[in-house]
Formats: sequence, structure tokens, C-alpha cells
Amino acid sequence: MDYKVERLLVSPTPHIHSVLTTRMIMLDVIIAMCPALIASVIIFGLRALLVVAVTVAACVGFEYLWNRIMHQPQTIGDLSAIITGMLLAFNMPVDIPLYMPIIGSLAAIIMTKALFGGLGHNFANPAIVGRIVLAVSFPAYMASVVVPKAFQACDAISAATPLAVIDEEIPFMDLFLGTHGGMVGETCSLALLIGFGWLLYTHIIEATIPLIFVGVVAVMSLLCGHNPINEIFSGGLLLGAIFMATDYTTSPFNRKGKIIFAIGCGLITAVIRFWGNMNEGVSYSILLMNLLVPFINEKTRRKPVGGVKR
Amino acid sequence: MFERFRTFISEAGVIVPQHKDTAMLPTEKLPLPKEIILPMSQHVGAPCVPCVAKGDHVDVGTMVGKAPTAVSMHIYSSVSGTVKAVEPLYQNAKGVTVVRVEPDGEQTVDPSIKPPVVTDYQSFIDALTISGIVGLGGAGFPTDIKVSPGNLPEIETILINGAECEPYLTTDNREFLEHPDTILAGINAIFKYLGVPKCIICIEENKPQAIALMKEKTKDDDRISVCELESRYPQGAETIMIRNATGKIVERGKLPASVGCIVVNVTTVSSIGKFLQTGMPLVSKRLTVAGDAIKNPKNLEVPIGTKIEDILEYCGLSKEPRKILLGGPMMGGAQVDITFPIIRQNNGLLAFGEEAAKVPRTTRCVRCGRCVNSCPLGLSPVDIRRAYMTYDAPKLNNLMADMCIGCGCCSYVCPAKLPLSQTASLAKAYLRSKGGK
Repeated sequence: MDYKVERLLVSPTPHIHSVLTTRMIMLDVIIAMCPALIASVIIFGLRALLVVAVTVAACVGFEYLWNRIMHQPQTIGDLSAIITGMLLAFNMPVDIPLYMPIIGSLAAIIMTKALFGGLGHNFANPAIVGRIVLAVSFPAYMASVVVPKAFQACDAISAATPLAVIDEEIPFMDLFLGTHGGMVGETCSLALLIGFGWLLYTHIIEATIPLIFVGVVAVMSLLCGHNPINEIFSGGLLLGAIFMATDYTTSPFNRKGKIIFAIGCGLITAVIRFWGNMNEGVSYSILLMNLLVPFINEKTRRKPVGGVKR
Repeated sequence: MFERFRTFISEAGVIVPQHKDTAMLPTEKLPLPKEIILPMSQHVGAPCVPCVAKGDHVDVGTMVGKAPTAVSMHIYSSVSGTVKAVEPLYQNAKGVTVVRVEPDGEQTVDPSIKPPVVTDYQSFIDALTISGIVGLGGAGFPTDIKVSPGNLPEIETILINGAECEPYLTTDNREFLEHPDTILAGINAIFKYLGVPKCIICIEENKPQAIALMKEKTKDDDRISVCELESRYPQGAETIMIRNATGKIVERGKLPASVGCIVVNVTTVSSIGKFLQTGMPLVSKRLTVAGDAIKNPKNLEVPIGTKIEDILEYCGLSKEPRKILLGGPMMGGAQVDITFPIIRQNNGLLAFGEEAAKVPRTTRCVRCGRCVNSCPLGLSPVDIRRAYMTYDAPKLNNLMADMCIGCGCCSYVCPAKLPLSQTASLAKAYLRSKGGK
């Protein structure tokens, strides 16, 4: 066998790498969101798919344009813009005018991510910022919640989100399967939990943040005299806890930090839900804790084994 | 409370693919090559001074390089023949003097070789000083220095490192299976002359035959125990092995002797045993020759100084090698030329084809924290990288970048394929240049 010395590659150690790549991680997250996407189409009809498609297209488009205009290497191949788009769409009512997702995508991709240096440098979860920008800009649309038409006598109507319904109790199975009013991707708890299972199975995330986040909200609702089942399975808690609070860039590195982060998320959610008058508890709690992540990372850094300060 | 959590969640290290296909292949001897190159630096410490000249005749075991200081180790000829040249060679960007020997095929043994007379501690250390034995696991630290720490009376345990956590390599496994008696002879000499009361033989659980054999061989000696360690890279790193086998933690910047431990590689111990019996200094070394470009992977005993190309020719190539490593894939160095010689601390020669040699494309750090959670020392490679990029020496000192052992776990797990291990090593060197911390 012939060989040429000048063709030998020299590179730093190690010479083998795990098969996991950034794109594979993102793809697994997308797969984990697919059950919720399918559920949303079943529950809300094909317009849910349209909303998701428009948002994803807008997110990917903005990232593509930004990289083109700023002469940056093209990064849409890492698939993270698709995740942002899907998450953002999951946080919108199904009857939203289609220009709104585009505005939300602009806020998410350009304002939150690209301006701060792209993937890995965003200060908060882009989808959360997108949702909050829309909620602040168009409160009437974002607060009204579409009750799925398949389960109503008349066509899609707007009603209050279950969290706002104080007297009326929604049956648990409706809450669990998502056949009640809400945003596109957040109503079907079953689908979200299937996605959670996939993320755990593929070791993309640890269970720490979702479990503690939801647990703290449940404990707080018991303490404050609310129905914990209703608090957990309605509103955006599961979507936020599973897919948004676990975002790598905006959650702490190690378990100690993750525990603090999740407790903070849970407490702020409970405070906003029980004593505030907004219905964006989960979004704001994650946003506020996102901002604290660099600080949490600094304070919870693992002490090297045998490390002594000098 | 969180301290408890920290040990509980310790995900330190990584589980790497094993590829130990050569584990059950008996050692073969390489036919004598046409030329032997003996570099004067085959150890940690000062390079040796050549003590032969062009035209001299050397025998097997004739000293060709003399150690100029205490922290160094003599170098002996591995063949009998004629010195063809004493000249400089540039190996991996480092200039080193080499002695080139043309074998005459006789393999006559140097007449001065006889078993050393060892009666006490001092004569044992003196014997090791002329044995040519260095840390054979890859580090190459002179063994006579290693086993004579300043606080020798405080040493309680000697750990025999047979973890062999690097993928592909199986030479330590062969040492256990083929030479258990010289291993025990080496251990007994250490018991006798160093006065160390306890010995732990540490073997990763992926070598069940070696574990069973050593358990069987040591069942009557309650000073020796066999410790079965989880197959998790980097189990064979000194500080990690001490932590996992004895529970003791070596502090930052301290040597294992500070916690009463000495870690010696199993092939080193076995070589000590052999040297005490025969007096023949270390002149040959077993290598695992493997990798996807090698046609017949083997465990091969080669004379020290054999050129890489001779070994590749003997084992055959199945495809064009694009990357040649001396050592394992996690910490072994990529070679720029195949005319380089094998030195005594090498324990593997791997050749990889196009696909396996490819350096993965890097993407952006998503701050997933895998590097932080996989670091066996609990360092933060991603933060070290960031601090190094801005040459922030105080920050690097706070992050304790100097503790990095260069194991490569961080680079291995990184989904963005960032060269974190490399930046940590650079940071360590930078920190040293900024005040020796």
C-alpha cells in the first residue's frame, strides 16, 4: 500500500469525538416537539400548521438574511432557528393574524439572538422574548384564547384561558389531552410529555429543571389554595418547563445551578399567576431567570476536585 | 448539602468506544529492522548525552546515551551492530540528537550485563538508575525518581496502574496475561526495599481475564489487593486512579506522594521485575498496532528505536493512512513523519484512514455544559477557553486551569467539536508563563 507522508494529518488530541453534534441535538429537540405539533393540528385544525409554518419560515428567513447582510457564515444549518420558530408558534393563538408571527420572529431572531452574537450568545430564550414582545404589543390577540372548534358547537370562538376561569373546572382528561382553549402548542399535555420523554431518552436534557419547575408551582398552588392539577396542565407551564427553561444557552451548566434556576422559575410563575394580573407567568419567570444565568453559573461553578485557591 | 449532591451527580469522565480487538492476541516479535534510531530524549527530564561515536560497535544493552542529571534516564542500544551516525533529528517540532544504529543481526549481548546485586533501599534505587526504566504508561517519568519520594516513610500504598483506559491499546492487558510473575516480582521488590506496606493492582473491568488471573495469583498475599475499576476514561490518570481506588484526593499542584500513594504502570513494574532477574535494561517495548488502516492489528514487541514505517510494513496497511498516532486516540500524538522511531514510553501505534482521521468541523458553543460535567477534575473548560481567549491570567488562576491533565474528555463530548482540551493546555502554559502558578 502506497502512502504519502505529506498527506498525514496532524491535529490536537483527542483524535476521536463523540458522534453528537449541535445539529443532532437540535434535530432531537425538533423531533420532541413533533407530538405537540401533531396534537395542535388535530385539536385546532390545519390553521395551526399554517401558523407554525409561517413562524418557522420567518425565523429561518431572518437568520438567513442577517447572515447574508452581515457577511457572516451561514448558520441556518444548525436548525436552531427552526426550534425558535416552532416554540414561538406554539405560544400563539391559532387565529392570530399572520403578520404577527413575523414580528415575533424578528424580535426573537434578530433582537435576541443575532444582535448578541448568534447561537450560544443570546441573553434570553429567543422564543420567550418573541412571545413577550407580541403579548405586550398585541394584548388583545395574545390574551384571547381560541377554544378548539372540533369540541365546540359553533365555529372557533375566543374565550378566556382555563387559568382565568375561576368558577368553572375543566375535566382532567380535557386538560391532559388538550381539548380546551389555549395557545397552539401548549394545550396537549400528553404530547408535551411524550416530547419530554424523548428528550430524556436521548440525553438531550436532564429532568432537573422541568421537574423542579413544575414541582415548585404545584407546591405553591397547594399552599395558596389553588388546584395544582389545573395549574400544571393548563397554561404554558409544561411547554415552558420542558422546552423553554431547558434551553442550553440560557440555563445553568450544572445541576446545582439548574436547581436554583428551576426554583426561581417556579416561584416567579406562582407569584405572577396568583398575585399578578397578567397571564404570562411562565414566560416572564423564564425570562427573568434567563437574565440571572451568568450570575448563577458564576456562583455555582463546580469546585475542582482537590482545588485550593491561591 | 450541595457538596453531597456534587459527589452524587459526578458524571466525571466519558465512556469511550473500546475497540480492544487485540486484547486476546499474544505478543509477536518484530523481525530485526534494517535501522534503529535512538533519540536521546525518551523520558521526562534532561536529554541524554551520546556516549558512542560513528563507527563504534554496540551490543544489546550497551549504553548509548548517558543521563547528565538525576532527573533523566540512560539509553541503551536495543540491537547489536554499528553506529552509523550521531546527528540531530527534528521530531514533532522538537530537535533531538539521535544515534542511528545498523543492526548486524547477531544480537550479541553486552558482556557487562549481569543481574544487579540488590540488598537494600539504596542499592535498589541504584539498580533502577541504570535500568533504563521510565514510566511506560506514556508519561516517561524516570522510575528511580518516582519510587524515591522525599517522604518515603509516609507512603502507604503503591498503586499498580493497569487501567489502560485509552481505546485500542491492549499492551497492559497482555503484560498481565503473559508476565504475571515478573509483575509480582517487581511488586515484591518494592515491598522489600521501599518498605511500602500495601499494594493495589487497579484494572478496568473490561479486562476480566487479567482481573481473574491477578486475583488468583495474589490470593495468598494479603498485602496485595486487586481493584476492579469502572471502564470510564480517564480511569488511568494518576489523580483519578488514586481517588477511585483509595478515596484520597490529591490537592492542586501536589504529587501523589502527598497523600501517601505512588502510582506505577504495570509494564513498568514488570520491567523492574525482569531487570532484577536478568540485568538487561529496557531495550524492547510492546506496542498495540491497530486502527482502521492496519490490515493485521497486533500486539507487537519491537526493539526501541524501530521506525514507524517498519512496523506499518510488517502489519500491513488496508488503506492509505491519513493519521498516525503514537499512543491512544485520546492523548496520543499525531506524527508528521513515518520515519520517526518508537521510544520507550510509547505503547500504541495507530493508523487511521481518511474517514477516521478527519478533523470534525467546529460550530458555535451552545453552552450545553457537557464539557463542565464531563471534566474528571471538575474544571470548566468552556470558561477556561473564554478566559484564555482574552489572556485573563487572574481569571485562569481562579478557574484553576493549571490543574488540567489534558485528558481530552471536554473535546470528546463537545457537540460543537471545539478544541477545548487544546485551549486548556494552552491556557495552562500561558498561566505558567505568567508567574508559575
